[in-house]
Amino acid sequence: MLEFDDIQHFLLTRVPALTGRYEFLSFQQPAQGRAWLKAIREKVPSAKAAAATVDLEKRWVSVAFTWNGLRALGVDEASLATFPDEFRQGMAARWQVLGDTGTNHPDNWVGGLAGPQLHAIAILFARDTAERNRSVREHNALLARIPGIKVLSSLDLEAIPSRHVREHFGYRDRLTTPEVEGTGIKPTPGSGPPIKAGEFILGYPDEDGPAPKLPQPEVLSRNGSYMAYRRLHQHVGAFRDFLREQGGPSAEGQELIAAKLMGRWRSGAPLVLAPDKDDPSLADDPQRNNNFNYGKMDPQGYAVPLGAHIRRMNPRDTAVNINRRKVLRRGATYGPPLPDGAPEDGADRGVAAFVVCASLVRQFEFVQNVWVNDPTFHELGNERDPIIGAQDGTYDMTIPKRPVRRKIKGLPAFTTVKGGAYFFLPGIKALQYLAALDG
Amino acid sequence: MSQDQIGKTTRRAFLGTATVATAASLAVPAASEAQVGSSDDLVGATKLAQADANVPAQLMSRAKSGDWTKPAAMAIPKEGYFKLEQGRYGPTFPKTPANYGFTIIAKIKPGREQAIRAYGKKIENAVAGTPSVLAPLKLHYLRWVLFNIGGDTYFMYQGIFDTDFDKYTEDAITLFKQTGVDTVFENLEGFPMDWKTNAPAFGKFVREHQCPSFLEYGEYPFVTADEIKKALKVKAAVSAMLDQMQ
Repeated sequence: MLEFDDIQHFLLTRVPALTGRYEFLSFQQPAQGRAWLKAIREKVPSAKAAAATVDLEKRWVSVAFTWNGLRALGVDEASLATFPDEFRQGMAARWQVLGDTGTNHPDNWVGGLAGPQLHAIAILFARDTAERNRSVREHNALLARIPGIKVLSSLDLEAIPSRHVREHFGYRDRLTTPEVEGTGIKPTPGSGPPIKAGEFILGYPDEDGPAPKLPQPEVLSRNGSYMAYRRLHQHVGAFRDFLREQGGPSAEGQELIAAKLMGRWRSGAPLVLAPDKDDPSLADDPQRNNNFNYGKMDPQGYAVPLGAHIRRMNPRDTAVNINRRKVLRRGATYGPPLPDGAPEDGADRGVAAFVVCASLVRQFEFVQNVWVNDPTFHELGNERDPIIGAQDGTYDMTIPKRPVRRKIKGLPAFTTVKGGAYFFLPGIKALQYLAALDG
Repeated sequence: MSQDQIGKTTRRAFLGTATVATAASLAVPAASEAQVGSSDDLVGATKLAQADANVPAQLMSRAKSGDWTKPAAMAIPKEGYFKLEQGRYGPTFPKTPANYGFTIIAKIKPGREQAIRAYGKKIENAVAGTPSVLAPLKLHYLRWVLFNIGGDTYFMYQGIFDTDFDKYTEDAITLFKQTGVDTVFENLEGFPMDWKTNAPAFGKFVREHQCPSFLEYGEYPFVTADEIKKALKVKAAVSAMLDQMQ
């Protein structure tokens, strides 16, 4: 039985937020950090509380901490040592594992995220800009009352105006998400069975059996989760140029190239079910838009190239132990959309998202290290994820096609990592525990 | 000194000899000159190595492009890699002409030899029953060997496969559990008994007992098992087609 009243809503509730803001914080003194936490934790709803008020509520707050942040709040060394290595090291130190090389390297990150002074994030989600501004004012007022809390940086989030959730390249997003066993939500056809809660929330049985050992003390770790934060700058101009270069002058040709990179048309219609022509009605039908596999329906990749983004992020029936690699995604887009037909304006725009899981090394880092960046994924030899892979112009993209396949040499980078961090999202009781520490 | 320590010392001494020699002779061109200079037969080969200090770089590039067209040998530094690259659980190892692999050598617990030998039959049956059972390991070959050093028995698990083992550590553990190979490791000294719920500890044991090769050779280098099977399938299809055309 999931303890909905102890799990932060962020893990289980999708709130109807269209704007928001991330505040990245640093605590000078443990007591100051705890005073901040004590005040803000009353604004952090559990999954149970958020579900009850979701239709009325206009603003939602979540808080999470880096390993350095837990220390900065006064968690003792013995307890800190029980957290997993990768979380203790932090995302910046794991750059080789994650493929954050070249322009993606932590040396080039913005907002003070790569350093040890990053302690916490406050996630302020809101229905609209006015409500977001209200949250920011209230949080600023809180910071004015409590000395010693430094805002390292902030990031405003804006949903792209559209009938559906979209990202800056124009793809519809959030069509595939694992459902957590015990929430009662039935997965749509093709999405596979609900996943054991222990894959995402600490303290529950996972896909491998009984709940793994928890970081200590249990009150701190139970009902918590790890979150890998990634801020990806999207080069929309370069992306559109590429579609024109590779897809030719016709809109259909360009849409097909976009679809081949992703594995879905930008409408969201999956290529496995609509290989030749976009089908927006298919995209809109949750009973059909996820109901496909690769092993039986598209083994050679004639519909979805073997290296396409969705085939890497979720190889479905073509990977072993896939239920041990699932993650929840949360987050939003930031920056102004680039209008259709407009040239690249250099604006900072992209996605700022969290990958939520119970084991960063087994889930997030595996996906990043093997599925996204391993050039030999599916025997391809010299390819990485065309959308989010570590691209430096030396990798290819193969598009299987009859009678002759198409090979695009030297794919450019469409995204650049601008920041990232490993956070621990504590349960509600754990927030109380942290706020009440002494020392 | 505990028994475990003695075991370790013996193993290190045994393996150390070979490893030290290796690093000196092949990875460092200057040393290789000094060593083989006295032998006339090898002068030609030595000159070749001297002339081309870029052999590792060329091999890396061939590994990346999967160039199987001519045989290749690669001398590997003592650490097992040329450049430290961090994987999820530790350093990753380069792709060699014999692809990836590991050689795990560990002392067995006293009296467990028969128990370990019995696993040979167990794996035979598992693969006979479900031929694809080991597929997730991306293997070419496995060799399990038991041997004695000074009254102690050692187990060697040597595998050649197509991906750095850091990438599929968890899948390997899951597979070991599913096939019952898991318990063979429990007969080895120093194996973490909580390994089923402790993937990092399992990985650590493997890494601590892994002895990197100092030379790897491939007659058909850099080719994956899947590629070989695909090529043989094409050959069989062409052969069948030619037969039907008679």
